[in-house]
Formats: sequence, C-alpha cells, structure tokens
Amino acid sequence: MIEIFKHANYDFLGKKWLFIGLSWLLILAGAVSVAWRALDGNDNTHPFNLGVDFSGGTIVNVKFREKPDLGRLRAAIEQQGIEGPKITLQPVGDEIGQAPKNEVLVRLPNLVNVQRREGQSETSAQSTDSADIGKQKIRAALDTLTGSAVTQGKTDLNAVGRDSLKEALLTFDPLGLRAGGATQSAETRYGEIANRIIDYREKDRGGLIGSVDEVKNLSGIEPQLGDALSKNFYTSAAAIRGAGAVSPQIGAELRNRAIYVTFAACIGMLLFIAFRFKSWGFGIGAVIAVFHDVLITLGIFSITQLEIDLTVIAALLTLVGYSMNDTIVIFDRIREMMRTRRREGLEKLSNDAINQTLSRTIITSGLTFLTVVALVLFGGAVLKSFSWCLFIGIIIGTYSSIYIASPFMLWWEGRKGSKVVPAEAPAAASPAATQRLVSTAAAGGGQGRRNARKGKR
Amino acid sequence: MNKNLRTRCIVIGAVTLVSLIFMFGPWNKEKNYTRTASDFFSPSKLKKNLGENIRLGLDLKGGTHLVAQVQADDYIKAITEGNRQKAVDTLKKGNIAFTDVKVPTNGQLVVETADDKAQSQIKDKLQADFGPDWDVTTRSNPYQVAFNLKTSSADRLRKEATEQERTIIEQRINAFGVAEPVVQLRGREEDHQILIQMPGIDDPERVKRLIQGDAKLEFRAVVPPAQLYPTKEAAEATIQGQGDKEAMEVTEPRAGRAPLQGWYVVEKTPVITGNELRNAQGVPAQTGAGYNVAFSLKPTGAEKFSTWTGANIGNLLAIALNDKIKSAPSIKGQISDNGVIEGSFTKEEADDLGLVLRSGALPAKIVYIEERTVGPSLGADSIRQGVTASIVGLTLVVLFMLFYYRLSGVNAVVALILNLLILLAGLAMFAATLTLPGIAGVILTIGMAVDSNVLIFERIREELRAGKIVTSAVDTGFAKALVTIIDTHVTTIVSAGFLYLFGTGPIRGFAVTLVIGLLANLFTAVYVSRTMFIWALNRGGRRAETISI
Repeated sequence: MIEIFKHANYDFLGKKWLFIGLSWLLILAGAVSVAWRALDGNDNTHPFNLGVDFSGGTIVNVKFREKPDLGRLRAAIEQQGIEGPKITLQPVGDEIGQAPKNEVLVRLPNLVNVQRREGQSETSAQSTDSADIGKQKIRAALDTLTGSAVTQGKTDLNAVGRDSLKEALLTFDPLGLRAGGATQSAETRYGEIANRIIDYREKDRGGLIGSVDEVKNLSGIEPQLGDALSKNFYTSAAAIRGAGAVSPQIGAELRNRAIYVTFAACIGMLLFIAFRFKSWGFGIGAVIAVFHDVLITLGIFSITQLEIDLTVIAALLTLVGYSMNDTIVIFDRIREMMRTRRREGLEKLSNDAINQTLSRTIITSGLTFLTVVALVLFGGAVLKSFSWCLFIGIIIGTYSSIYIASPFMLWWEGRKGSKVVPAEAPAAASPAATQRLVSTAAAGGGQGRRNARKGKR
Repeated sequence: MNKNLRTRCIVIGAVTLVSLIFMFGPWNKEKNYTRTASDFFSPSKLKKNLGENIRLGLDLKGGTHLVAQVQADDYIKAITEGNRQKAVDTLKKGNIAFTDVKVPTNGQLVVETADDKAQSQIKDKLQADFGPDWDVTTRSNPYQVAFNLKTSSADRLRKEATEQERTIIEQRINAFGVAEPVVQLRGREEDHQILIQMPGIDDPERVKRLIQGDAKLEFRAVVPPAQLYPTKEAAEATIQGQGDKEAMEVTEPRAGRAPLQGWYVVEKTPVITGNELRNAQGVPAQTGAGYNVAFSLKPTGAEKFSTWTGANIGNLLAIALNDKIKSAPSIKGQISDNGVIEGSFTKEEADDLGLVLRSGALPAKIVYIEERTVGPSLGADSIRQGVTASIVGLTLVVLFMLFYYRLSGVNAVVALILNLLILLAGLAMFAATLTLPGIAGVILTIGMAVDSNVLIFERIREELRAGKIVTSAVDTGFAKALVTIIDTHVTTIVSAGFLYLFGTGPIRGFAVTLVIGLLANLFTAVYVSRTMFIWALNRGGRRAETISI
C-alpha cells in the first residue's frame, strides 16, 4: 500500500501556543482591514465588498459586439447622473476554449428612494421607486454609447423576446402573409421565424447578433425576409444578458437573515455535539474552531475585497458543516481511546488521536480541495466568490480542527474537573503507580479496570 | 454466492433500476402526449426525458424573478378619499350643516361644522354609511366629528388588497402563456410582497408593463355640437362653470395620415366604464394594417349602452383610455352589447390592452423591489461551466482514489457513481430544482462522499497494520467508521437544513442537492461498498488472504 503518515507521531499539541498565536495574527489582520476601511473617511472604501444581494443596487451583464472601451462606457453611465466612483465595471473573464466574451459586469449602488414611517423597520419600509432604475439608466447609457437607431421606430433584434418578435413581425408583415385575412397561418409562420432567429441569437451567438445581415442567410427563413427586416429591425451593439436589481429593503432582509442563520447553525451544532459527546467541552471546542474559521475567512474577504453575495453565505455554512466534520473525526477518535486508555491523560490521547487520524484528514481535505480547485478554475464568474470561500475555508478548517478545537476542548475539560480525565496525566508522573495498575488489571481482567477506577490498589 | 450477498445484490440492483427509471423515464410530458415504446428505449428520447425530468432553476434555464410590493397604504388612501366624497354627498343630501370634510392623514376623516347641534346628526348619519370598520369620536370640540379607521380593519383591508392583487397578477400572467409560473405571497403579512417567477421569459419589460398596466377605460359622451378645439383653453372656454363637463385631449391615429389632434368637450360622468366589460380582446383590423380591441358588455352595461346609443344617434362617443381620447366615432345606430375600439394598435398593444381590460383594475399600485433576469444564453453558459467543473472534479478524485487505494479505489469509484445516480434520481423524484449552486453542491457531494470511503479504508488499513486478518479488518473498519460517518453526515445535513430555511431559490437548490447527496451517500458508502468487499473477499468460494487497499 502507498501510505502517507504511516506512523505519524508529531507533537501537535505541544506547540499549540505557537499556532494559536498564528491564528490570532490572522484574525487581527482581518480586523485591521475591516477597521481601516470602515474608518478611513473615504465613502468609497467599504470593510466588505457586499454584493447587490446585501447592499442593494444593480448589477447588469452586458455583452458588446467588440471589446468594450471601459472609459467611454463609464463616461456614458456618468452622463445618466451617477457619480463616477460609484460605478463598478468588471470585465468577465474569457472561458478556456470559447470565443472571447467581450462582456462587462456593471454595478451600480442603490438609487432607490425608500420611505419609512416612524417606527417602521428597514425591511418593511416602502419603496417609492422600482428597483430597476439602475438597469434603465444603464440601458439608456448603452443606447447613447452605441448610437442606437431607437428613435427611428425600429425594433432591436438583440433586446426583443420571442413573443414580442413574433408580434412585431405580424404587425409589420414583411412577407405580406396577412394578405387576404390569412392571419392564423401568418401567425404560425412568423412564430417559427421568430423562434429560429432567437435560437440563433442565444445558442450560436451568445446573446448578441452582429448585424441584421447575419439573419438573412439563416436556414429555414425565406431569403426575401432579410431585406424586409432591415426596414423595421436593427441590431444594437450591446445586449443585456442578465440583470439583478435589489432594493434596500430586500438587501436589509437578506443581511439580517444571513447573520441569524449563521448563528443559529453554530448554536445548533454546539447542542448536537454536546449531546453526542455528553460533555460541553467538546461542543465548545468545535464551535470555537468554527467561529475561528468564519472570522478568518471573512477577514481574508475584507483584505482581498472579494464580493460577498448570497452564494458566499451558502459556502460559509458549508464550511461550518465541513469544519465540524473534521473536528468530529478527531473527537470521535479521542472518545474511542478514552474507553481503553483513560488514564493516559486527555492531552496525550488528543495528540495520539490527531496523529492517527492525520492520514484521513489530509486525504479528505485534499480530495475536497481538489474538487474546489475544479470549481475555482472552471466554475465561472457566478460561482467565483463561492469557490474562493470554500478554497480558503477548507485550508483554514482543517488547520483549526487540529490546532484550535482540541486545545480549547482540553482547556475547558481541564478547568472544570469534569467526569472526563484531567488534562495532566497522573500516570506520567508516577511509573510505580502505573505498574501496579497494570498488574491489577491483568489479574482481574475487565474487572480490574473497574477496580482501578474505583481507586482500589 | 451466499444468501446475504445475494440479498444485498438484489437490493442494490433494485435501487439502481428505480433510479434509472426516475431519471430517464418519460414522466414529465404535457397532458396530451401519447407515450410510445421508443420513449423508453431510444437514446435521443431518453436524453430528452432527462432534460425534462430534472427541473432547472431560473439561473440555469433563464427567466425572470420579481418581487412586487403592493403599496397597500395607497389603497387605504383611496378608501379614505372615497369615503370623504361619500360623506360630502350624504351630508348635502341630508341637508346637514357642515363646513368641511378634512383628511388629516390616511384613515382619518374630520367633519367640521359651524353648528354644534349638528354633531350627533353627523355622527349617526355617517357612522351608518361608513360601516363597522370606522370608529367615531366626538371630541371635546363640539364643532368636529372625527372618524378613524380601526387598525385591525386597516390591516385587514391591506391584506385583502394584497391578495386581490396577487389574484389579478396571476390571471394576467396565466393569460400571457408562461410555463409553470409562480405567483405567491412572500414574507411576513405586513410586508405586502408578491413573488413572481416566470421561467423562460426573455422579455421582462413587457411582462412588467402588463402586470403594472392599469387601463382606465371610459366611454364619454361628447357634448353636442361636437367640435374639435385646437387648444385646451379654447375647449374650456365653452364650459363656463358647468360642473358636469370637462375638456379632454384627443389623439386619434389615422392610417396613412397624421393623427387627429385636438380637444373635445365631454361629459364628466362616463356612459360606460371598464368595470362593465364582459370581455375584451385584440383582433386584426378589418381594413389596413394594425389591430383593434373588440369588446362586449355585461347585461347592465349593455342596457345602459343601448339606451344611450339609441338616444344619441349622430352624436360622437369618445372612447377614453387613461383620460386620453383614443377615438371618437359617431353613433350610427343603436348598439347593444359589443363594439370595437379602433386605435391602430400593434398586435402586442391590442392583446395586452385586451388582457388588462379583462382582468380588472389593480386596487393599489405595485413597485418592484427585486428583479433578477437571466437570459437563456447566460443560463446555458452557467450549465456548461457547472458541468465542466463537475467532470474535472470527478476525474481528479477518481484518479487519486485508484492510485492510492488500488482495487479498493475501484470500490470507492463505483460507490461514487451510484451515489451521483441516486442523487440525480432523487432530484427528479422530488421535483427539486437544480440551480447553479446546486451543481456546486453536487461537486461538494463528490468530495464528501469520498470522505466516507476514505474513513473506512484508513480504518481497514490500521486494522491490517495491527495484524488482524483481512475479513476481520474489513468488518472492524466498517463498524468503527460507521459511527463517525453518521456523525459527520448529520452535522452537514443540519447546516444544510439551516441553509434551506434561510435561502431563496438558488441557495435552497444547493441545500436540497447537498442533503439528497449525503443521504444517498449513507447508502452507497456503507451498504454498497460493504457488499463489494464481501463479494471480493469471497470470490471463488474461499476466503481471501489479502486485499488490495
């Protein structure tokens, strides 16, 4: 067998203060980043880069015909009355093996007016504006930027939906199918044509048709349609592929729920572990490890300003579960060892448990880590924050199960003098006593063990 | 093959077969689809079935998600205003002395009078009119009577308005032809929010206009002799204090020519309002391009209409939409219960207008407080990225397991594949929605599923190192690892449970996928792996001496 850590015997817990110190350093770094960004008096730096889900605002995915000039785009949006620094433009990375995307994510802050009655909560206040103001402004900016022929009364093939295209074709009737009252067959035929054009746009061109000429040569469409199309249709140079607009009430609601749920999940875990291990020390050790993981991960998010959106909360809660898993594996092993090796002292048992499970811990973390690496590399822009959160979290989570959970559990159990064996092992101090215990045990078999516990010599 | 092994194989075979059937069977077809044999066997049909059985979330399929907030306070305001009007009319008719009826805030009315003896008269008369929802107080001031809408009544009215809006919105969306739409109340009662989800809709603006569309339709008599005035002032000059007439703008589109513009003087009270329509729909125009709206009236409306048209042959009837006259045809004969609104509409406009007229007016305005749209190409991108990441992750894991655990690695890989199969079948069976975070959940399940196998295998290796014989090592490995496996799965399921409680749409998809994956894993990592070991160790009828692990 290929084995790593075959007979591991590292003294993990002996060096615990070193690593607890390291953890404090990491948490401090995160805290400094948060405080710095919050208190620096600059409105445009935030402690966390909250996504639109939590801060409210608009995010729009725009696809351009050619690589967009970000400076001009920003200027066009500013013309709509939005301050420059508040606009965030983020180009979407190209995928391996796909045509260049020429896409930009445009983010705008909250532009909505909200009215609150006295005593009304933030979440039930009434919006006087629709959340999509931002989207309308971006659309207007795009129109001025691309010089769209909107005013000439033509329909944009890049913005129209299936039904609307069918009905526009019916109204303009470029093929003259409605002549003689043949509306039913005209409707069917134009429906097919509309589907063909929209499928071409979405499946073959990623949401943006280059020019009306492209449509002329599509299979399944009468050739003379192409010329007729130019009279009533055009294609703009920018198309909105997706949008999200969140008003401040919903943002506040989601923020609150995220916090409640994370706390509730941690408390739930604490209770479950305390129940399973029949002692609070284990539960507290595990929960402190989890808090530690969440704090450091959030700290890193603050430093790197990675966007925190709803999926990040999902990732954090997954981390909570995952970190618990790691900790439970070690604690399970400690519990198992306590049945046969009680007298050796909890600290030694813990150290041994960690060593014995080291192989499993590293391999599982490694495997889950591999799958997360696949996510980071191939998961795309939507899952970016989610993937990175898990990436960081798995590393920190594994580390915390070893260096944070066990020491805290030991400290708690040692302090209280609970039914669990005290942290300092009496056996280590007195070899003579050990020998006597061993011989008594040997003589009496199982009974001897029980006698030894009762203190009989 | 010993009996225990045989039972196990039958169970596993059954589970696999059921999973495949759930995944690839033609279950989710439309109502009038007739199933043929090829639906069960031909590869292209099976692939199609798979696509239909796994429900995709909006972020993968494309579509629109809206949260509308009903401005329920406006509803209360409208009721208060209406009551104010009623109060003025009632007091006038009853010849009760009063100076003014004021509305200090929503839900409050104050009747002021110069005659302090009129107080009780006012109180009794109006209390009867307003009904049990309003409290009346005759304050210390004998010249005022105050009416307050009870808080419980106000809450009830707001709730009713929200529910009514929900129903109307649902009607409008259903008529629009969205597949599997969702229209439901959301959040706490005092939020007055409605969730609207429309899969596959790629034109949210049109649907929003449709939902929001308020069409106030009125037929007003044009005061004879009908004359088109060039400006509002010119029209109003002829009214001179007659309170029952007003000037209204005309914009009548005419085919091939510039539209007719001007102002008519019309009567304030409408002959017919939109409420009296029985039906309205877009129809192609008889002459030329464009579409019209044909309507029919309810019996009471038809009666009124018939009487009026009979008495007004030769006069003009103004058809006003949202206080603007769209057309003013002259009455040629008595019309009883149907007619056509001509306005050179596009098909879209005519259809939408017909729909809005049919479904009635919204009791209160709505404001969209959340909107998420995913275009179909963006959704397809997400699917592609999610699937690629899954395959890469799966490959890496499989390679490692084969390398590190050799033939036992094969055991783990088979368990993993079966796990994924059951997971997908579970999604199809429970009609759960697969979202992009859900695909990430599948990828995580791969990692966690392998965790269980690693736990078991490491334990077996330990036992082997300690000198136990192979069968005993396997048995002990499974037994000891089982406790830990259950513990770890329960904790992750608990955290997924919290995610489900908290999350909406995509996050819930993640939680559900994770939970189904973990439950399936309990079966595959323990039962299935064990079965494979039993088979491997008892091959050829004799007990094995070594094991490849």
